[in-house]
Amino acid sequence: MKLQEIIDSLSLKVETPSADLSREVKGAYVSDMLSDVMGNSKEGFLWITIQVHLNIVAVASLKELAGIILVNNRGPAEDTLKKAIEENIPVMTTPLPAFDLAGRLYSLGLRCR
Amino acid sequence: MPVEFRADLHIHTCLSPCSELSMTPLRIVERAASLGINIIAVCDHNTAEHVEVTSMIAKKKGIRVISGIEINSAEEVHVLGLFESVTDAFNMQAVVYENLQSGENAEEAFGMQVLVNESDEVLGFNKRLLIGATDISVNRIVELIHGFNGLAIASHIDREGFGIIGQLGFIPEGVEFDALEISYRTNRAKAHEMFGQYRHIPWITSSDAHRLEDIGRKTTEFIMEHSTFEELKLALKGIEGRKVIF
Repeated sequence: MKLQEIIDSLSLKVETPSADLSREVKGAYVSDMLSDVMGNSKEGFLWITIQVHLNIVAVASLKELAGIILVNNRGPAEDTLKKAIEENIPVMTTPLPAFDLAGRLYSLGLRCR
Repeated sequence: MPVEFRADLHIHTCLSPCSELSMTPLRIVERAASLGINIIAVCDHNTAEHVEVTSMIAKKKGIRVISGIEINSAEEVHVLGLFESVTDAFNMQAVVYENLQSGENAEEAFGMQVLVNESDEVLGFNKRLLIGATDISVNRIVELIHGFNGLAIASHIDREGFGIIGQLGFIPEGVEFDALEISYRTNRAKAHEMFGQYRHIPWITSSDAHRLEDIGRKTTEFIMEHSTFEELKLALKGIEGRKVIF
C-alpha cells in the first residue's frame, strides 16, 4: 500500500510536505523506545510513536522506515522537523492515540512482519 | 598534591517515592561515613529538597555532599544535575517543578515522599508527582544544568528503561554531557565492550541507592586537591593532575 493512500484514508496531517509520499508501506511498528525500534522495526515500516526528539529521524533513516506517525496530537520538535525534511523522512501527525491508530492500520491490512 | 577521594554521586533519599523510608539524610550520612566514602551526591527524582539538610549533617562527619537532582526528561531519560550550591540546585528545581507532569503523588502506587529534618523527624510530605516526567527535552535539560553552572551526567546508560541509549537509541549529537554513569549492573569490562564509542566522555559509576545497604555498592575514585565541586569539575576535565578513575 502506498503511503499517500494511508494518509488519505486516516486523514493524517503531513508535517513534511516535501517528502516523497509515493513510497510503499510494508508494515508498521509501535514503540516509544528508540533502541527497541532499532532492533525490531523493518525497512518500509511505518513507525507509530509519541517520541518527538530529533533522534527519531536518525532511527527512521537508519532503518529505512516509510515514515513516522506522531500520535495523541504531538507535534515534532522544531529541530526534528527540520532534520526530517532534510532527510526526506515523512512525518505525519494525528489526534488518535497509538492504540486506535494501530487498529486502523491493521484494518487497512498492515501487519508487523 | 592531588589525592584519592571516593565518591558515590547518585543516592536517593526517602523523598524519592521509590526509596525505602530508612533512607533518611542522617542514616545515609552515617552509612557513607562507615564505608569510608568521602563525597556523596543526593539526587532525588525531580526534587532537591533534601540536599540542604544532608549537607548540614554531613559537615559534622567530614563528608562532602553535592547538591543534585535526577531529572526525568520529556523522553523519559534520566539526567543527573550536580550543583555547586544549594541555591543553584533550587534554581534548577524551580524549573523542574514548573515543567513537571501535573497531578499528586499516589502513595499507594508509587510510595511516600517524606521530608525529614536532621534528627529523622518527619516534617511533611512532598505532594508533587515526583515519579513523573517533565516536558523538557533532554537536550534542554543539559543546557539548563549548565546554565546553573552544574554538571550534567546521563544516568545509568546501561539501563534500558530511563537510560538515554535505551530511550533514544544513542546519545544525540550536540548534547554536552560532562559524564556518563554506568550503573552497578555492568562491570567495567562489559561497559567498555558495550559503550566504547562513548569513551571520549568521562565515565563514572555509582550506587543509585534506594536502600541503605545499596550505598557504596559502586563508587568512583577521583584524584583531586580537595573534595569540592570545583575540583570534581576539574577532575572530569582531567585538568592539572586531577582525574577520574573508572
